[in-house]
Amino acid sequence: MTTNSSRAAGPRHKMVEAGVALLIALFGIVVIIGSVKAGINWGAEGPRAGFFPFYIGIFIVVSSVINLWHALREDNDEPFAEWGQLRQVMSVVVPTAIYVGAMPFTGLYVASVIFIGWFMRWLGKYSWLTVLGVAFGMPIVTYFIFERWFLVPLPKGPLEEWLGL
Amino acid sequence: MEEIVNLFHGFAVALQPFNIMVMLVGIVLGVIIGVLPGLGGANGVAILLPLTFSMPPTSAIIMLSCIYWGALFGGAITSILFNIPGEPWSVATTFDGYPMAQQGKAGEALTAAFTSSFVGALFAVVMITLVAPLVASFALQFGPAEKFAVYFLAFCSFVGLSKEPPFKTIAAMMMGFALAAVGLDSITGQLRLTFGFTEMLNGFDFLIAVIGLFGIGEILITMEEGLSFRGGKAKIDLRVVLQTWKSLPAYWMTSLRSCVIGCWMGITPAGATPASFMSYGIAKRVSKNGNNFGKGEIEGVIAPETAAHAAGTAALLPMLSLGVPGSPTAAVLLGGLLIWGLQPGPMLFVEQKEFVWGLIASMYLGNLFGLIVVLTCVPIFAAILRVPFSIIAPLILVLCAIGAYSVHSSTFDVMLMLVFGVVGYLLKKCNYPLAPLVLAIVLGDKAEEAFRQSLLGSFSNPLVSTIMVLGLIALFWSAIQEGFSRLRTATA
Amino acid sequence: MKRSFWHVALAAVAVFGTSGLASAAWEPVRPVEFIIPAGTGGGADQMARTIQGIVTKHNLMKQPMVVINKSGGAGGEGFLDVKSSAGNPHKIIITLSNLFTTPLATGIPFSWKDLTPVAMLALDEFVLWVNAEKPYTNVKDYIDAVKKAPPGSIKMGGTGSKQEDQIITVAVEKATGTKFTYIPYKGGGEVAVQLVGNHVDSTVNNPIEAVAQWRGGKLRPLCVFDGKPMAYDEPIADGKSWKDIPTCKSQGLDMEYLMLRGIFMSPKATKDQVDYYIELFKKVRATPEWQDFMKSGAFNTTFMTGADYAKWVEAEEKRHEVLMKEAGFLNTGN
Repeated sequence: MTTNSSRAAGPRHKMVEAGVALLIALFGIVVIIGSVKAGINWGAEGPRAGFFPFYIGIFIVVSSVINLWHALREDNDEPFAEWGQLRQVMSVVVPTAIYVGAMPFTGLYVASVIFIGWFMRWLGKYSWLTVLGVAFGMPIVTYFIFERWFLVPLPKGPLEEWLGL
Repeated sequence: MEEIVNLFHGFAVALQPFNIMVMLVGIVLGVIIGVLPGLGGANGVAILLPLTFSMPPTSAIIMLSCIYWGALFGGAITSILFNIPGEPWSVATTFDGYPMAQQGKAGEALTAAFTSSFVGALFAVVMITLVAPLVASFALQFGPAEKFAVYFLAFCSFVGLSKEPPFKTIAAMMMGFALAAVGLDSITGQLRLTFGFTEMLNGFDFLIAVIGLFGIGEILITMEEGLSFRGGKAKIDLRVVLQTWKSLPAYWMTSLRSCVIGCWMGITPAGATPASFMSYGIAKRVSKNGNNFGKGEIEGVIAPETAAHAAGTAALLPMLSLGVPGSPTAAVLLGGLLIWGLQPGPMLFVEQKEFVWGLIASMYLGNLFGLIVVLTCVPIFAAILRVPFSIIAPLILVLCAIGAYSVHSSTFDVMLMLVFGVVGYLLKKCNYPLAPLVLAIVLGDKAEEAFRQSLLGSFSNPLVSTIMVLGLIALFWSAIQEGFSRLRTATA
Repeated sequence: MKRSFWHVALAAVAVFGTSGLASAAWEPVRPVEFIIPAGTGGGADQMARTIQGIVTKHNLMKQPMVVINKSGGAGGEGFLDVKSSAGNPHKIIITLSNLFTTPLATGIPFSWKDLTPVAMLALDEFVLWVNAEKPYTNVKDYIDAVKKAPPGSIKMGGTGSKQEDQIITVAVEKATGTKFTYIPYKGGGEVAVQLVGNHVDSTVNNPIEAVAQWRGGKLRPLCVFDGKPMAYDEPIADGKSWKDIPTCKSQGLDMEYLMLRGIFMSPKATKDQVDYYIELFKKVRATPEWQDFMKSGAFNTTFMTGADYAKWVEAEEKRHEVLMKEAGFLNTGN
């Protein structure tokens, strides 16, 4: 697939829809397995822990099979989104994933400074001065509001340990 | 008559200069707490509780209840501006509030939300003033079966028929129920659906799901449409407040209905969340602009906000007269009362008159002050939307991460939030409704618990049957309405 | 008069405390996290927040104390968090009976031996309550009525499932040869109100959860599940005080149960660190606010530290294992 073709370049809506329905069905199956493990029959004190989730799981699977069938039957050949648009979306998802993944190791503050800085510099193309101002300003303000005023501890990494915060 | 005298005495207590100052501080702190996801009203009150021990009990409870009001007001701000509800009961506010903001009507939406909150709270306070003892005995009627019936009613009046394909609605709602079931089953005391992961012990908190599905999902959709935040053209002067006020009296019926729903749900004590969903659902069905709901209809902001605040306020009554908290925030306040040596319960109204009426008077004044404070800030809030997207987006993402983390102090939840964000983006693009999913997460386990408690005890009685029938009527309202109109055309 | 006495006592303790501190080598250098393995508004939560308030008000600690609720998995979340913070002396936890019941009932992997015992602050009593409209004025009347009713038609309300309230219920059933239907609720206050509304027939609420309804004339205490009557003789309702409630044993209901309200800290704590917290809680116990709190909840104020405390906890763990095994509450593994 080339990106410079017509406006319709991108994954088909139909396919994405079918994929989502399948994922939901899979989720339903996981729920059913988990419920069976917890016990789905009717015990001495009424229904056991897995009784309701089991039927919820069945509902999920059945309705997603119907949704899947609807999706595949549809003639609609519209694109889900253009590749360019999806790239935009990924340009947020990927850095956010890295940000979130790094948080347990670096702590919230260091990760946030880098994340905000990256976002503003690469997507917003702001001058370094503005970038650094916001990137450092926001976590510092956060520190005072959350940790100092409201005593909500946020995740900290080696830097905070070293600073003794 | 005695109540009125007591109330005026209460005003005298609340209007002491120290108490007025305490009230203002409380409101401002409350708004900050409401705006920042991650600082809910409950932790705000809990964290500040120790600081209030050095004050007299009446001043302390005035400050804490003002934090509570402020947080209620503040919760609407992020819902409208960024589609991120900070509290469960602001979820329904996003449905029309956020579209309004996108259309450049953030100022109108905020004004409507704040004013409705005030109206709802005022209605509930008047009710508390006049009929407190009556209400307390009504609340005692509510056992598990009655509670289940109320949850059932909330679901029915909200779900009904929606634009989305019915099986997508069912799939979404059932996913919500399944997520709500994860963790400890409170009836058998057994773990379920955790698959041995200790991270799953807590289950899926509503806040994490909602920050992801609504907040992050929305940012992803905005990214797809290009790097811009719509709504930048929102008016940012105070005239918008007056203009909106002119249009509000037209919706008096919606307000009144929402007030009644809110008070009823607050006392039962099902709480503010079902109240806001129910009120929104019913307004959508009854209003002549019903089809416009979800696209930025001001009535869709008025209905949930009024009901949520009426319920939030009315919930304080069972707390004072029975000692049962109607919300997590109320639970913390209750703990505070005990620490000050005040025992909530039937005797509080008799033995601690000054305290009780001081608190009730502060509800009037606190709400009024709160309204003035937040309304003057409407232009400032609306101006936030003018900040360029590439600055505000990372800041929102970081705040979302903090919000998700602070629910259980767990970085696992932050990852979960991102997963919910991507899922929310996909679901929204595929036309799955997100609101039933969130409603199911919030109420699912409570409804199941009440249902199974009633299985253990007894089930049917007139109150339960009445509420259930109301629920069924709400569920099939569109069909009934259609039947009526057909009947009418047939006879004509 | 009484106040001033406590002020003197407090000052004395404060002086004693500071001199104690001077010799102690350790002191917190960061905010101390105080974990509550239960939700907001419950008994443990109230106690922890009272302690936080006292520490703040009397300036007993240089660093702030931060209270965090970690109630997931019947408190398992909180215990696992402390268990995994070995060597972090800035984390303490308040425990209730779920220290024993949660691992046994759910299989969540922790035990009190994973934590460092600090001190027992108090023991919480359990009282058998009925609605004041009902004709039963003593245990015998009530048990006779339960025996007469068809098995399982009498409803006992309690907090949580397979936890202390249900353990007591099962023990009462065993002792009297009756059968209740146990209905679990989320919190103790809710249970008491359900009893007032006649949605259940009796409860085993802690004193603090039901006292307001007792004073309001809505509930009636029948007996206390302790070896001796409670110590507080100030009249509460109808001229009766906590002290006037007979023990269940004296009424022919042979069951004793007290719930631990104690403090543990993270694993691998040094002796200095444990001593610091023991001193801190000694100071907390000497304040008038704490005394008032104990009185309002009719707590048993036994205080233990060190080896005594560990021995008590160990015995109590064995006892819970037996009680829960008999009741069939042990996790069967899934």
